[in-house]
Amino acid sequence: MMQSPKKYLAHKGWHQTAVIALIGGIYVFGSWALNFNSVDGFIAVPKAFAWLGIYFRPTAHSMEYLPKIWQKLIQTVLLAISSTVVAAIVSIFVALLGSKVTGINSFVQTIVRGVASFFRNIPLVAWSMILLFSFKQSDFTGFLALLLMSIGYLIRAFMEIIEDEASETMLALKATGASYFQVIFQAVLPQILPSILSWILYMIENNVRDATLVGILTGTGIGFIFDIYYKSFRFDAAGMTVLAIIIVVIALETISNQIRRVIL
Amino acid sequence: MINSEENIIQKPKTPRSPQIKLHEQSLSRTMIFIVFGSLILITGYTLTHLDTAGVHVDEAFKGLAITLNQMFLQPNAGSDGVPLLLQALASTVMLSILTTIIGAVFGFLFAVLASKNLTNAYLGAGIRVAMAIVRAIPTIIWALIFSIVCGLGTTAAVLGLSFHSIAYLTKAYSESIEGIDKSTIESLKVTGAKFWVVVFQAIWPTIVASLVSWTFIRLEINFANAIAVGAAAGAGGIGYQLFVASGMSFDFHETGFIVYLVILVTFALEFIAVKIRQIYLNR
Repeated sequence: MMQSPKKYLAHKGWHQTAVIALIGGIYVFGSWALNFNSVDGFIAVPKAFAWLGIYFRPTAHSMEYLPKIWQKLIQTVLLAISSTVVAAIVSIFVALLGSKVTGINSFVQTIVRGVASFFRNIPLVAWSMILLFSFKQSDFTGFLALLLMSIGYLIRAFMEIIEDEASETMLALKATGASYFQVIFQAVLPQILPSILSWILYMIENNVRDATLVGILTGTGIGFIFDIYYKSFRFDAAGMTVLAIIIVVIALETISNQIRRVIL
Repeated sequence: MINSEENIIQKPKTPRSPQIKLHEQSLSRTMIFIVFGSLILITGYTLTHLDTAGVHVDEAFKGLAITLNQMFLQPNAGSDGVPLLLQALASTVMLSILTTIIGAVFGFLFAVLASKNLTNAYLGAGIRVAMAIVRAIPTIIWALIFSIVCGLGTTAAVLGLSFHSIAYLTKAYSESIEGIDKSTIESLKVTGAKFWVVVFQAIWPTIVASLVSWTFIRLEINFANAIAVGAAAGAGGIGYQLFVASGMSFDFHETGFIVYLVILVTFALEFIAVKIRQIYLNR
Protein backbone atom coordinates (compact mmCIF):
# COMPACT_ATOMS: atom_id res chain seq x y z
CA MET A 1 0.00 0.00 0.00
CA MET A 2 1.92 3.02 -1.26
CA GLN A 3 0.83 6.47 -0.30
CA SER A 4 2.42 9.78 -1.10
CA PRO A 5 4.47 10.93 1.91
CA LYS A 6 2.41 14.10 2.19
CA LYS A 7 -0.84 12.19 2.30
CA TYR A 8 0.62 9.68 4.78
CA LEU A 9 1.77 12.41 7.15
CA ALA A 10 -1.53 14.26 6.91
CA HIS A 11 -3.41 11.06 7.68
CA LYS A 12 -1.08 10.27 10.57
CA GLY A 13 -1.45 13.78 12.02
CA TRP A 14 -5.22 13.61 11.79
CA HIS A 15 -5.25 10.18 13.39
CA GLN A 16 -3.04 11.24 16.29
CA THR A 17 -5.07 14.36 16.97
CA ALA A 18 -8.26 12.30 17.01
CA VAL A 19 -6.84 9.77 19.48
CA ILE A 20 -5.48 12.49 21.78
CA ALA A 21 -8.81 14.37 21.64
CA LEU A 22 -10.70 11.17 22.43
CA ILE A 23 -8.52 10.32 25.44
CA GLY A 24 -8.64 13.92 26.67
CA GLY A 25 -12.41 13.92 26.30
CA ILE A 26 -12.72 10.70 28.31
CA TYR A 27 -10.50 12.20 31.00
CA VAL A 28 -12.55 15.38 31.28
CA PHE A 29 -15.83 13.49 31.25
CA GLY A 30 -14.54 11.00 33.84
CA SER A 31 -13.34 13.76 36.14
CA TRP A 32 -16.72 15.44 35.88
CA ALA A 33 -18.68 12.23 36.42
CA LEU A 34 -16.61 11.20 39.42
CA ASN A 35 -16.42 14.72 40.80
CA PHE A 36 -12.62 14.61 40.73
CA ASN A 37 -10.77 17.89 40.60
CA SER A 38 -7.37 17.41 38.91
CA VAL A 39 -5.88 20.57 40.45
CA ASP A 40 -6.92 19.60 43.98
CA GLY A 41 -5.62 16.10 43.35
CA PHE A 42 -2.30 17.42 42.14
CA ILE A 43 -1.93 19.71 45.15
CA ALA A 44 -2.81 16.86 47.50
CA VAL A 45 0.26 14.83 46.47
CA PRO A 46 2.98 17.03 48.03
CA LYS A 47 0.68 17.64 50.99
CA ALA A 48 0.30 13.90 51.45
CA PHE A 49 4.05 13.33 51.35
CA ALA A 50 4.68 16.16 53.81
CA TRP A 51 2.13 14.57 56.11
CA LEU A 52 3.70 11.15 55.64
CA GLY A 53 7.11 12.58 56.49
CA ILE A 54 5.84 13.93 59.80
CA TYR A 55 3.33 11.39 61.09
CA PHE A 56 4.09 8.15 59.28
CA ARG A 57 7.79 8.20 60.10
CA PRO A 58 8.60 5.31 62.43
CA THR A 59 10.05 6.61 65.67
CA ALA A 60 12.15 4.97 68.36
CA HIS A 61 8.87 4.32 70.12
CA SER A 62 7.48 2.30 67.22
CA MET A 63 10.37 -0.15 67.41
CA GLU A 64 8.43 -2.05 70.05
CA TYR A 65 5.83 -2.96 67.42
CA LEU A 66 8.47 -4.49 65.20
CA PRO A 67 8.44 -8.09 66.53
CA LYS A 68 4.67 -8.34 66.06
CA ILE A 69 4.77 -6.76 62.59
CA TRP A 70 7.61 -9.05 61.60
CA GLN A 71 5.79 -12.15 62.79
CA LYS A 72 2.63 -11.23 60.84
CA LEU A 73 4.65 -10.37 57.77
CA ILE A 74 6.47 -13.70 57.77
CA GLN A 75 3.12 -15.43 58.22
CA THR A 76 1.74 -13.50 55.23
CA VAL A 77 4.72 -14.42 53.04
CA LEU A 78 4.35 -18.09 54.03
CA LEU A 79 0.65 -17.97 53.13
CA ALA A 80 1.42 -16.32 49.80
CA ILE A 81 4.02 -18.99 48.99
CA SER A 82 1.90 -21.96 50.04
CA SER A 83 -1.22 -20.75 48.24
CA THR A 84 0.81 -20.18 45.07
CA VAL A 85 2.47 -23.60 45.23
CA VAL A 86 -0.80 -25.47 45.80
CA ALA A 87 -2.43 -23.41 43.05
CA ALA A 88 0.47 -24.23 40.71
CA ILE A 89 0.17 -27.96 41.35
CA VAL A 90 -3.56 -27.89 40.59
CA SER A 91 -3.13 -25.55 37.62
CA ILE A 92 -0.42 -27.52 35.83
CA PHE A 93 -2.64 -30.59 35.57
CA VAL A 94 -5.67 -28.58 34.54
CA ALA A 95 -3.57 -26.65 32.02
CA LEU A 96 -2.27 -29.92 30.53
CA LEU A 97 -5.87 -31.05 30.08
CA GLY A 98 -6.98 -27.74 28.63
CA SER A 99 -4.19 -26.49 26.38
CA LYS A 100 -4.53 -26.75 22.61
CA VAL A 101 -1.29 -28.76 22.41
CA THR A 102 -1.70 -31.37 25.12
CA GLY A 103 -5.42 -31.18 25.71
CA ILE A 104 -7.86 -34.04 25.36
CA ASN A 105 -10.51 -32.58 23.11
CA SER A 106 -12.00 -29.22 22.24
CA PHE A 107 -14.90 -29.68 24.63
CA VAL A 108 -12.60 -30.04 27.66
CA GLN A 109 -10.46 -27.18 26.40
CA THR A 110 -13.45 -24.84 26.24
CA ILE A 111 -14.58 -25.87 29.73
CA VAL A 112 -11.10 -25.31 31.20
CA ARG A 113 -10.79 -21.90 29.56
CA GLY A 114 -14.21 -20.88 30.83
CA VAL A 115 -13.57 -22.05 34.38
CA ALA A 116 -10.15 -20.35 34.52
CA SER A 117 -11.57 -17.10 33.23
CA PHE A 118 -14.45 -17.30 35.71
CA PHE A 119 -12.12 -17.84 38.69
CA ARG A 120 -9.81 -15.08 37.55
CA ASN A 121 -12.51 -12.48 37.14
CA ILE A 122 -14.41 -12.96 40.37
CA PRO A 123 -13.17 -10.05 42.49
CA LEU A 124 -10.81 -10.92 45.32
CA VAL A 125 -13.15 -8.95 47.57
CA ALA A 126 -16.00 -11.35 46.80
CA TRP A 127 -13.84 -14.43 47.47
CA SER A 128 -12.59 -12.96 50.75
CA MET A 129 -16.03 -12.04 52.00
CA ILE A 130 -17.84 -15.28 51.16
CA LEU A 131 -14.98 -17.34 52.55
CA LEU A 132 -14.94 -15.20 55.67
CA PHE A 133 -18.62 -15.97 56.15
CA SER A 134 -18.00 -19.75 56.15
CA PHE A 135 -14.46 -20.07 57.49
CA LYS A 136 -14.46 -17.17 59.98
CA GLN A 137 -11.44 -15.05 60.81
CA SER A 138 -8.55 -17.46 60.31
CA ASP A 139 -5.42 -17.87 58.21
CA PHE A 140 -7.17 -20.64 56.33
CA THR A 141 -9.65 -18.09 54.92
CA GLY A 142 -6.80 -15.96 53.58
CA PHE A 143 -5.12 -19.06 52.18
CA LEU A 144 -8.27 -20.15 50.31
CA ALA A 145 -8.97 -16.68 48.88
CA LEU A 146 -5.45 -16.38 47.50
CA LEU A 147 -5.53 -20.00 46.29
CA LEU A 148 -8.74 -19.61 44.27
CA MET A 149 -7.56 -16.35 42.70
CA SER A 150 -4.12 -17.78 41.83
CA ILE A 151 -5.61 -20.88 40.23
CA GLY A 152 -7.48 -18.74 37.71
CA TYR A 153 -4.35 -16.80 36.75
CA LEU A 154 -1.95 -19.76 36.69
CA ILE A 155 -4.17 -21.99 34.53
CA ARG A 156 -4.21 -19.35 31.82
CA ALA A 157 -0.49 -18.59 32.16
CA PHE A 158 0.49 -22.29 32.07
CA MET A 159 -1.73 -23.00 29.08
CA GLU A 160 -0.06 -20.16 27.19
CA ILE A 161 3.39 -21.44 28.16
CA ILE A 162 2.55 -24.96 26.95
CA GLU A 163 1.15 -23.66 23.68
CA ASP A 164 4.12 -21.35 23.07
CA GLU A 165 6.97 -23.61 24.04
CA ALA A 166 5.96 -27.23 23.80
CA SER A 167 3.97 -27.66 20.58
CA GLU A 168 7.01 -28.63 18.45
CA THR A 169 8.35 -30.96 21.13
CA MET A 170 4.98 -32.61 21.37
CA LEU A 171 4.88 -33.25 17.61
CA ALA A 172 8.48 -34.44 17.45
CA LEU A 173 8.10 -36.93 20.26
CA LYS A 174 4.73 -38.16 19.08
CA ALA A 175 6.37 -38.95 15.73
CA THR A 176 8.88 -41.24 17.49
CA GLY A 177 5.96 -43.25 18.82
CA ALA A 178 6.26 -42.19 22.43
CA SER A 179 3.09 -42.54 24.46
CA TYR A 180 1.13 -39.55 25.72
CA PHE A 181 2.42 -39.81 29.28
CA GLN A 182 6.00 -40.33 28.14
CA VAL A 183 5.80 -37.16 26.08
CA ILE A 184 4.28 -35.17 28.93
CA PHE A 185 6.67 -36.31 31.66
CA GLN A 186 9.87 -36.71 29.65
CA ALA A 187 9.63 -33.75 27.30
CA VAL A 188 6.86 -31.25 27.88
CA LEU A 189 7.17 -30.80 31.65
CA PRO A 190 11.00 -30.58 31.76
CA GLN A 191 10.94 -28.11 28.92
CA ILE A 192 8.42 -25.70 30.40
CA LEU A 193 9.72 -25.95 33.98
CA PRO A 194 11.82 -22.74 33.88
CA SER A 195 8.93 -20.62 32.56
CA ILE A 196 6.57 -22.17 35.06
CA LEU A 197 8.92 -21.39 37.93
CA SER A 198 9.25 -17.84 36.70
CA TRP A 199 5.46 -17.46 36.78
CA ILE A 200 5.27 -19.03 40.24
CA LEU A 201 7.78 -16.48 41.52
CA TYR A 202 5.80 -13.65 39.96
CA MET A 203 2.59 -14.98 41.51
CA ILE A 204 4.22 -15.14 44.95
CA GLU A 205 5.20 -11.46 44.73
CA ASN A 206 1.71 -10.60 43.59
CA ASN A 207 0.10 -12.66 46.34
CA VAL A 208 2.13 -10.92 49.05
CA ARG A 209 0.65 -7.61 47.85
CA ASP A 210 -2.85 -9.06 47.46
CA ALA A 211 -2.58 -10.66 50.90
CA THR A 212 -2.64 -7.13 52.33
CA LEU A 213 -6.08 -6.56 50.84
CA VAL A 214 -7.33 -10.00 51.86
CA GLY A 215 -5.91 -9.34 55.33
CA ILE A 216 -7.75 -6.03 55.72
CA LEU A 217 -11.03 -7.71 54.70
CA THR A 218 -10.69 -11.01 56.55
CA GLY A 219 -8.67 -9.93 59.56
CA THR A 220 -5.51 -11.95 58.95
CA GLY A 221 -1.82 -11.34 58.46
CA ILE A 222 -0.11 -8.05 57.70
CA GLY A 223 -3.23 -6.37 56.30
CA PHE A 224 -5.06 -6.85 59.58
CA ILE A 225 -2.25 -5.41 61.67
CA PHE A 226 -1.94 -2.40 59.35
CA ASP A 227 -5.68 -1.86 59.57
CA ILE A 228 -5.59 -1.95 63.38
CA TYR A 229 -2.76 0.61 63.62
CA TYR A 230 -4.36 2.76 60.93
CA LYS A 231 -7.80 2.82 62.52
CA SER A 232 -6.45 3.46 66.01
CA PHE A 233 -4.36 6.41 64.67
CA ARG A 234 -1.04 4.78 65.63
CA PHE A 235 0.41 6.11 62.39
CA ASP A 236 4.03 5.59 63.34
CA ALA A 237 3.34 1.87 63.74
CA ALA A 238 1.39 1.86 60.46
CA GLY A 239 4.39 3.54 58.82
CA MET A 240 6.63 0.86 60.29
CA THR A 241 4.33 -1.79 58.79
CA VAL A 242 4.50 -0.17 55.35
CA LEU A 243 8.29 0.03 55.61
CA ALA A 244 8.46 -3.66 56.47
CA ILE A 245 6.21 -4.50 53.49
CA ILE A 246 8.44 -2.46 51.16
CA ILE A 247 11.56 -4.26 52.37
CA VAL A 248 10.04 -7.73 52.04
CA VAL A 249 8.47 -7.12 48.61
CA ILE A 250 11.67 -5.64 47.18
CA ALA A 251 13.72 -8.47 48.69
CA LEU A 252 11.39 -11.04 47.11
CA GLU A 253 11.57 -9.22 43.77
CA THR A 254 15.37 -9.16 43.87
CA ILE A 255 15.63 -12.85 44.78
CA SER A 256 13.18 -13.79 42.01
CA ASN A 257 15.13 -11.76 39.46
CA GLN A 258 18.36 -13.48 40.48
CA ILE A 259 16.72 -16.90 40.19
CA ARG A 260 15.26 -15.97 36.79
CA ARG A 261 18.66 -14.87 35.54
CA VAL A 262 20.04 -18.34 36.29
CA ILE A 263 17.17 -20.48 35.04
CA LEU A 264 15.92 -18.69 31.92
CA MET B 1 36.94 -60.49 -8.97
CA ILE B 2 34.34 -61.28 -6.45
CA ASN B 3 36.91 -62.26 -3.91
CA SER B 4 38.90 -59.09 -4.30
CA GLU B 5 35.74 -57.06 -3.98
CA GLU B 6 35.01 -58.74 -0.71
CA ASN B 7 38.36 -57.55 0.47
CA ILE B 8 37.60 -54.00 -0.52
CA ILE B 9 34.37 -53.88 1.42
CA GLN B 10 35.29 -53.32 4.99
CA LYS B 11 33.28 -54.55 7.80
CA PRO B 12 31.80 -51.57 9.59
CA LYS B 13 33.45 -50.92 12.90
CA THR B 14 31.05 -51.09 15.73
CA PRO B 15 31.07 -47.58 17.04
CA ARG B 16 31.72 -47.15 20.70
CA SER B 17 28.43 -45.66 21.72
CA PRO B 18 29.01 -42.94 24.27
CA GLN B 19 26.80 -42.74 27.31
CA ILE B 20 24.01 -40.37 26.36
CA LYS B 21 22.95 -38.24 29.27
CA LEU B 22 19.23 -37.76 29.22
CA HIS B 23 19.35 -34.87 31.63
CA GLU B 24 22.28 -32.60 31.30
CA GLN B 25 23.66 -31.32 34.58
CA SER B 26 23.70 -27.56 34.63
CA LEU B 27 23.48 -24.68 37.03
CA SER B 28 20.01 -23.88 35.74
CA ARG B 29 18.74 -27.38 36.45
CA THR B 30 20.23 -27.43 39.95
CA MET B 31 18.70 -24.04 40.66
CA ILE B 32 15.24 -25.16 39.52
CA PHE B 33 15.56 -28.25 41.72
CA ILE B 34 16.60 -26.22 44.77
CA VAL B 35 13.89 -23.57 44.33
CA PHE B 36 11.10 -26.08 43.78
CA GLY B 37 12.34 -28.14 46.73
CA SER B 38 12.39 -25.20 49.10
CA LEU B 39 8.99 -23.94 47.92
CA ILE B 40 7.44 -27.33 48.55
CA LEU B 41 9.09 -27.60 51.98
CA ILE B 42 7.78 -24.15 52.93
CA THR B 43 4.31 -25.08 51.70
CA GLY B 44 4.32 -28.30 53.69
CA TYR B 45 5.39 -26.48 56.82
CA THR B 46 2.79 -23.72 56.37
CA LEU B 47 -0.09 -26.07 55.64
CA THR B 48 0.61 -28.24 58.68
CA HIS B 49 0.84 -25.16 60.92
CA LEU B 50 -2.18 -23.38 59.47
CA ASP B 51 -4.50 -21.79 62.01
CA THR B 52 -8.11 -22.66 61.22
CA ALA B 53 -9.47 -20.91 64.32
CA GLY B 54 -11.28 -24.08 65.42
CA VAL B 55 -13.60 -24.06 62.41
CA HIS B 56 -14.80 -27.51 61.35
CA VAL B 57 -13.53 -27.54 57.81
CA ASP B 58 -16.07 -30.00 56.44
CA GLU B 59 -19.02 -28.02 57.83
CA ALA B 60 -17.49 -24.79 56.55
CA PHE B 61 -17.25 -26.26 53.06
CA LYS B 62 -20.92 -27.23 53.25
CA GLY B 63 -21.74 -23.66 54.26
CA LEU B 64 -19.64 -22.40 51.39
CA ALA B 65 -21.56 -24.61 48.98
CA ILE B 66 -24.85 -23.11 50.17
CA THR B 67 -23.46 -19.59 49.80
CA LEU B 68 -22.12 -20.29 46.31
CA ASN B 69 -25.46 -21.79 45.33
CA GLN B 70 -27.26 -18.64 46.48
CA MET B 71 -24.74 -16.45 44.68
CA PHE B 72 -24.45 -18.06 41.31
CA LEU B 73 -27.75 -19.86 40.83
CA GLN B 74 -30.15 -17.39 42.41
CA PRO B 75 -28.72 -13.92 41.80
CA ASN B 76 -30.94 -10.87 42.18
CA ALA B 77 -30.40 -7.16 42.60
CA GLY B 78 -31.46 -7.23 46.24
CA SER B 79 -32.56 -4.15 48.15
CA ASP B 80 -30.31 -1.77 46.19
CA GLY B 81 -32.01 -2.33 42.87
CA VAL B 82 -30.54 -2.54 39.38
CA PRO B 83 -30.24 1.22 38.60
CA LEU B 84 -28.16 1.93 41.71
CA LEU B 85 -25.87 -1.03 41.06
CA LEU B 86 -25.38 -0.07 37.40
CA GLN B 87 -24.57 3.49 38.43
CA ALA B 88 -22.02 2.21 40.95
CA LEU B 89 -20.55 -0.08 38.29
CA ALA B 90 -20.25 2.81 35.83
CA SER B 91 -18.42 4.95 38.36
CA THR B 92 -15.97 2.12 39.09
CA VAL B 93 -15.31 1.65 35.36
CA MET B 94 -14.80 5.40 35.00
CA LEU B 95 -12.43 5.40 37.96
CA SER B 96 -10.32 2.66 36.43
CA ILE B 97 -10.20 4.40 33.02
CA LEU B 98 -9.29 7.74 34.57
CA THR B 99 -6.45 6.31 36.65
CA THR B 100 -5.15 4.31 33.69
CA ILE B 101 -4.97 7.51 31.63
CA ILE B 102 -3.09 9.31 34.42
CA GLY B 103 -0.84 6.27 34.84
CA ALA B 104 -0.12 6.07 31.11
CA VAL B 105 0.77 9.75 30.68
CA PHE B 106 3.07 9.99 33.70
CA GLY B 107 4.27 6.44 33.20
CA PHE B 108 5.47 7.27 29.68
CA LEU B 109 7.26 10.44 30.82
CA PHE B 110 9.03 8.60 33.64
CA ALA B 111 9.78 5.62 31.41
CA VAL B 112 11.54 7.85 28.88
CA LEU B 113 13.58 9.39 31.67
CA ALA B 114 14.34 6.01 33.25
CA SER B 115 15.32 3.97 30.18
CA LYS B 116 18.96 3.01 30.07
CA ASN B 117 19.37 3.77 26.37
CA LEU B 118 18.04 7.32 26.62
CA THR B 119 19.15 9.15 29.73
CA ASN B 120 22.09 9.46 32.03
CA ALA B 121 22.60 6.60 34.42
CA TYR B 122 22.00 8.44 37.69
CA LEU B 123 18.61 9.92 36.79
CA GLY B 124 17.48 6.58 35.38
CA ALA B 125 18.61 4.62 38.42
CA GLY B 126 16.97 7.16 40.75
CA ILE B 127 13.62 6.88 39.00
CA ARG B 128 13.82 3.09 38.89
CA VAL B 129 14.48 2.84 42.64
CA ALA B 130 11.69 5.30 43.46
CA MET B 131 9.26 3.38 41.26
CA ALA B 132 10.26 0.05 42.81
CA ILE B 133 9.40 1.47 46.23
CA VAL B 134 6.07 2.90 45.03
CA ARG B 135 5.25 -0.46 43.44
CA ALA B 136 6.10 -2.40 46.58
CA ILE B 137 3.32 -0.67 48.52
CA PRO B 138 -0.05 -2.27 47.73
CA THR B 139 -2.66 -0.07 46.03
CA ILE B 140 -5.04 -0.38 48.94
CA ILE B 141 -2.46 1.08 51.33
CA TRP B 142 -1.83 4.01 48.97
CA ALA B 143 -5.57 4.69 48.89
CA LEU B 144 -5.78 4.53 52.69
CA ILE B 145 -2.79 6.88 53.07
CA PHE B 146 -4.30 9.45 50.69
CA SER B 147 -7.68 9.17 52.34
CA ILE B 148 -6.19 10.55 55.56
CA VAL B 149 -4.98 13.66 53.76
CA CYS B 150 -7.83 14.20 51.27
CA GLY B 151 -10.62 12.57 53.23
CA LEU B 152 -12.50 9.45 52.17
CA GLY B 153 -13.73 9.76 48.62
CA THR B 154 -12.90 10.00 44.95
CA THR B 155 -9.71 12.06 45.23
CA ALA B 156 -8.08 9.53 47.55
CA ALA B 157 -9.15 6.64 45.34
CA VAL B 158 -7.91 8.34 42.15
CA LEU B 159 -4.55 9.21 43.69
CA GLY B 160 -4.09 5.81 45.31
CA LEU B 161 -4.83 3.92 42.10
CA SER B 162 -2.80 6.34 39.97
CA PHE B 163 0.33 5.98 42.07
CA HIS B 164 0.55 2.27 41.61
CA SER B 165 -0.38 2.55 37.91
CA ILE B 166 2.37 5.09 37.23
CA ALA B 167 4.99 2.90 38.88
CA TYR B 168 3.79 -0.24 37.10
CA LEU B 169 3.58 1.38 33.67
CA THR B 170 6.93 3.12 34.08
CA LYS B 171 8.55 -0.28 34.47
CA ALA B 172 6.56 -1.90 31.65
CA TYR B 173 7.12 0.97 29.18
CA SER B 174 10.79 1.38 29.96
CA GLU B 175 11.35 -2.33 29.35
CA SER B 176 9.74 -1.86 25.91
CA ILE B 177 11.90 1.20 25.25
CA GLU B 178 15.06 -0.62 26.27
CA GLY B 179 14.18 -3.34 23.77
CA ILE B 180 14.49 -0.88 20.87
CA ASP B 181 17.39 -1.38 18.49
CA LYS B 182 20.17 1.07 19.34
CA SER B 183 20.69 2.06 15.71
CA THR B 184 17.18 3.57 15.47
CA ILE B 185 18.00 6.06 18.19
CA GLU B 186 21.59 6.66 17.06
CA SER B 187 20.60 7.41 13.49
CA LEU B 188 18.14 10.08 14.57
CA LYS B 189 20.60 11.58 17.02
CA VAL B 190 23.17 11.85 14.23
CA THR B 191 20.80 14.05 12.22
CA GLY B 192 20.84 16.48 15.13
CA ALA B 193 17.32 15.71 16.31
CA LYS B 194 16.49 16.97 19.79
CA PHE B 195 15.70 14.60 22.65
CA TRP B 196 11.91 14.88 22.48
CA VAL B 197 11.95 14.63 18.69
CA VAL B 198 13.79 11.32 19.05
CA VAL B 199 11.22 10.22 21.61
CA PHE B 200 8.14 11.06 19.59
CA GLN B 201 9.39 10.31 16.07
CA ALA B 202 11.49 7.21 16.70
CA ILE B 203 10.56 5.63 20.00
CA TRP B 204 6.83 6.25 20.13
CA PRO B 205 6.03 4.73 16.69
CA THR B 206 8.29 1.73 17.32
CA ILE B 207 6.72 0.67 20.58
CA VAL B 208 3.16 1.97 20.28
CA ALA B 209 1.71 -1.55 19.90
CA SER B 210 3.40 -2.79 23.05
CA LEU B 211 2.41 0.41 24.90
CA VAL B 212 -1.21 -0.21 23.98
CA SER B 213 -1.00 -3.83 25.20
CA TRP B 214 0.50 -2.85 28.53
CA THR B 215 -1.98 -0.02 29.02
CA PHE B 216 -4.93 -2.34 28.54
CA ILE B 217 -3.44 -4.95 30.87
CA ARG B 218 -3.17 -2.17 33.44
CA LEU B 219 -6.76 -1.12 32.77
CA GLU B 220 -7.92 -4.62 33.71
CA ILE B 221 -5.77 -4.56 36.85
CA ASN B 222 -7.08 -1.09 37.72
CA PHE B 223 -10.66 -2.26 37.41
CA ALA B 224 -9.96 -5.05 39.91
CA ASN B 225 -8.10 -2.60 42.15
CA ALA B 226 -10.89 -0.02 41.92
CA ILE B 227 -13.29 -2.65 43.29
CA ALA B 228 -10.85 -3.49 46.09
CA VAL B 229 -10.33 0.17 47.00
CA GLY B 230 -14.08 0.75 46.98
CA ALA B 231 -14.54 -2.16 49.38
CA ALA B 232 -11.64 -1.78 51.78
CA ALA B 233 -11.21 2.00 51.78
CA GLY B 234 -14.89 2.87 51.46
CA ALA B 235 -14.29 4.84 48.27
CA GLY B 236 -17.69 3.97 46.80
CA GLY B 237 -18.58 2.33 43.51
CA ILE B 238 -19.47 -1.28 42.91
CA GLY B 239 -16.74 -2.45 45.30
CA TYR B 240 -18.46 -0.77 48.20
CA GLN B 241 -21.83 -2.29 47.23
CA LEU B 242 -20.13 -5.67 47.03
CA PHE B 243 -18.62 -5.20 50.48
CA VAL B 244 -21.95 -4.17 52.00
CA ALA B 245 -23.87 -7.01 50.36
CA SER B 246 -21.39 -9.73 51.28
CA GLY B 247 -20.04 -8.50 54.61
CA MET B 248 -22.74 -6.40 56.25
CA SER B 249 -26.20 -7.36 55.00
CA PHE B 250 -25.11 -10.92 54.05
CA ASP B 251 -27.34 -10.82 50.98
CA PHE B 252 -25.53 -13.42 48.86
CA HIS B 253 -28.11 -13.21 46.08
CA GLU B 254 -27.09 -9.61 45.57
CA THR B 255 -23.40 -10.53 45.92
CA GLY B 256 -23.86 -13.00 43.08
CA PHE B 257 -25.58 -10.38 40.95
CA ILE B 258 -22.71 -7.93 41.50
CA VAL B 259 -20.11 -10.62 40.73
CA TYR B 260 -21.88 -11.37 37.45
CA LEU B 261 -21.87 -7.65 36.58
CA VAL B 262 -18.15 -7.45 37.31
CA ILE B 263 -17.40 -10.54 35.21
CA LEU B 264 -19.37 -9.07 32.31
CA VAL B 265 -17.33 -5.87 32.46
CA THR B 266 -14.02 -7.74 32.57
CA PHE B 267 -15.06 -9.76 29.52
CA ALA B 268 -16.02 -6.56 27.73
CA LEU B 269 -12.68 -4.94 28.65
CA GLU B 270 -10.78 -8.00 27.43
CA PHE B 271 -12.74 -7.98 24.17
CA ILE B 272 -12.07 -4.27 23.56
CA ALA B 273 -8.39 -4.76 24.41
CA VAL B 274 -8.04 -7.56 21.86
CA LYS B 275 -9.76 -5.47 19.16
CA ILE B 276 -7.66 -2.34 19.75
CA ARG B 277 -4.45 -4.37 19.94
CA GLN B 278 -5.30 -5.89 16.55
CA ILE B 279 -5.74 -2.42 15.04
CA TYR B 280 -2.32 -1.32 16.29
CA LEU B 281 -0.55 -4.55 15.33
CA ASN B 282 -1.93 -4.47 11.78
CA ARG B 283 -0.96 -0.91 11.03
